[in-house]
Amino acid sequence: MNNNRQGSSPVNKVDDPKLISSGEQMIIHANNLNIGYNNKSVVAAINFQLQAGQALALVGINGSGKSTLLKTVVGLLPAIQGQLTILGRHPGGMPRSIAYLSQFHASGFVLPLCAMDVVRMGRFPNCGLLRRMTREDNELVKAAMQTMGIGHLGDSPLRSLSGGQQQRVYLAQILARQADLLVLDEPTAGLDAAGREVYLRAVSAELARGAAMVTATHDIQEAAYCDQVMLLAHRVVAIGAPREVLTPAMLLETFGIVITGEYPGVAVLEREHGHDHGKPSSRPS
Amino acid sequence: MDWLITPFSSNAFMTHALIAGVLVAISCAIVGTFVVLRGLAFIGDALAHGVLPGIAGSMLLGYSGMSGAVVGAVVMIGGISLITQRSRLSSDTAIGLLFVGMLALGVVIISRSTSFRGDLTQILFGEILGVSTRAIFTQLVAAIVIAVTAAVCARPFLLLCFDPEQAQVMGFSARRYHNVMLFLIALTIVVSFQTVGTLLVFGMLLAPAGTGALIARRIGSMIAWATIFGVASVYVGLLLSYHFDIAAGAAIVLTAITIFFVVFVVQNVRVQRSHQSEANAS
Repeated sequence: MNNNRQGSSPVNKVDDPKLISSGEQMIIHANNLNIGYNNKSVVAAINFQLQAGQALALVGINGSGKSTLLKTVVGLLPAIQGQLTILGRHPGGMPRSIAYLSQFHASGFVLPLCAMDVVRMGRFPNCGLLRRMTREDNELVKAAMQTMGIGHLGDSPLRSLSGGQQQRVYLAQILARQADLLVLDEPTAGLDAAGREVYLRAVSAELARGAAMVTATHDIQEAAYCDQVMLLAHRVVAIGAPREVLTPAMLLETFGIVITGEYPGVAVLEREHGHDHGKPSSRPS
Repeated sequence: MDWLITPFSSNAFMTHALIAGVLVAISCAIVGTFVVLRGLAFIGDALAHGVLPGIAGSMLLGYSGMSGAVVGAVVMIGGISLITQRSRLSSDTAIGLLFVGMLALGVVIISRSTSFRGDLTQILFGEILGVSTRAIFTQLVAAIVIAVTAAVCARPFLLLCFDPEQAQVMGFSARRYHNVMLFLIALTIVVSFQTVGTLLVFGMLLAPAGTGALIARRIGSMIAWATIFGVASVYVGLLLSYHFDIAAGAAIVLTAITIFFVVFVVQNVRVQRSHQSEANAS
C-alpha cells in the first residue's frame, strides 16, 4: 500500500527488520498469463510482479476476471497459458504461505460454529491433521480477533452475527494465518465505515511485516490505497500506480461510465475538479 | 421400572438389539452430522436405496448381502463421480439418475425371484431383533473405523463444511476428503442395513443429526447431541416394539423423527417467547 492512507499508521519500511530482509523478495511473477475456466480464456496477456510488502488492487466490472485471477493465483484454477510463479514456485501446494478470502460464504448461517472456531481454522495449515494448537497458535488467534475488533465475540455463534461482523471474523481468520501472500476477494463487502477503517489498519500492519496482498474490489477509494492497480475488463486495461491508472479515461474504458457523484476522496473526481488526484480527501469534493 | 429394564435384562435378543442399535446410532450420529452440514442428504438417500440391487443380486447368487451392498455403493459413488466429472450436469442430476436406475434394477432383480419376498422386507426394514453376534462385531468394527477416521479428518471435514475452496487452499484436498466422507456414508449404510434396513438407516443418519443441529453451538456438541438422541431413539423404539408388538426398526426411526419435531417445536416456542419478552421490555 502507498503512504497516502488516512487514519492508519504509515508503513515503516526502515524500522521493520523483517521487511528489510524480505523487502525485495518477489512474491508473484506473472508473465504473459492467460486465465479462464475449462480452457476458455477470460483474460489474456497478464503481466505483473508483486514484491513483499506491496499491495495490488484488481478493479473491474462483475465478470471481468478479478476472481478468476485470484483463484489462479491461489492454485484453485490452472493457468491456461503463460507463466505464474508464487514465491518462486508454481501456484498451489503452499498452504502455509497463502491466505485466501473467497467472495462467498454460503454456510455462514447454517454451520454450528462460534466466531473463534472460524478464526482458529486459520491455524490449520500450520497444525496439519493432528498437531494440537500451541499457545502461540491461540495467541495469534486472539490477536487477530482483537485487531478486527471482535475479541468480545469469540463464543458467539457465527449465525447470530450480522453480515459485517461475519466478514470481520473471516478477515480475522486471514490475519491468524500469518501468510506471506494475502489474496482477498472483496474484503470490505458488508463492512461499515468503522469496519473498513479497521480492515485498512489491519492490512497495513500485514504489509508492514512483509506480506504481499492482492485484492479484488469495486471500491476505487480502497484501490487508491494500494501500490498498484490493475483495471480489468476481460483484458488488462491498465496496470500501474493508482495515480497513473485511476484516471477518468481509464475508468471510462473499464466500466463504460465515470462516476460523477459527490464521493469524498475518490481520486478521479478530485482530478476532474482540479485537485491532486490519488490522495483521498476527508470531505466531499 | 420393570417395564423399562426387564425386556432387555431377561431377553438375550433384546440385549443384542440394544447393543447393535447403539452402535448404529453412534455411527450415524458422526456421519449424519457431516451429511446434514454438507447438504449430502440426497446422496445419502441415494446410497441407502442404491445398494438394493447389489444386496438382492448377491443374495440371489448365494453370497452375503453385505458384499452386494459394497458393490452397490461402489457402483453408485463411481457412477456419480464419472457423470459429474465428464459432463456439465450437476451432482444432483447424477445422483438422481443413479438412484432411480439402481432402485429400478433392484426391483427388476427381486421381481424375477419368487422366493424374495421375506428377504426384501429384511433388506428394507432390517432385522434388529434377530441380529447375530457376528453382525454386532462387524458393526462395532465399523463404528470404531468411522470414529477414528472422523477424529483424524476433523479439520479437513470442518473446512469442507465451511468452504471447500478454503480447504483446498489450506492444503487439504477437497476431493480427497469429500471422497473419505462418501466412504464413511457408504460404510455406515452397508453395515447398518442388516440392523435397521436400507430404508430406515437413512432416517437414523438424518433425524438425530438434524435434531443436534437445532440446538448445538459447535460441531463437536452436535455429534454428542446426535449420539444422545440416536441412542435414546434406539432404546425407546425397542421398548415400544417389545411392549406393543410393532416393527422394531420402524419404531426406532419414528422415535428419532418424533424427537426432532418435539425439539423443533420447543425451540420455536422459546424463540417466540424471547421475542415477545424483548418486545414487552422495549
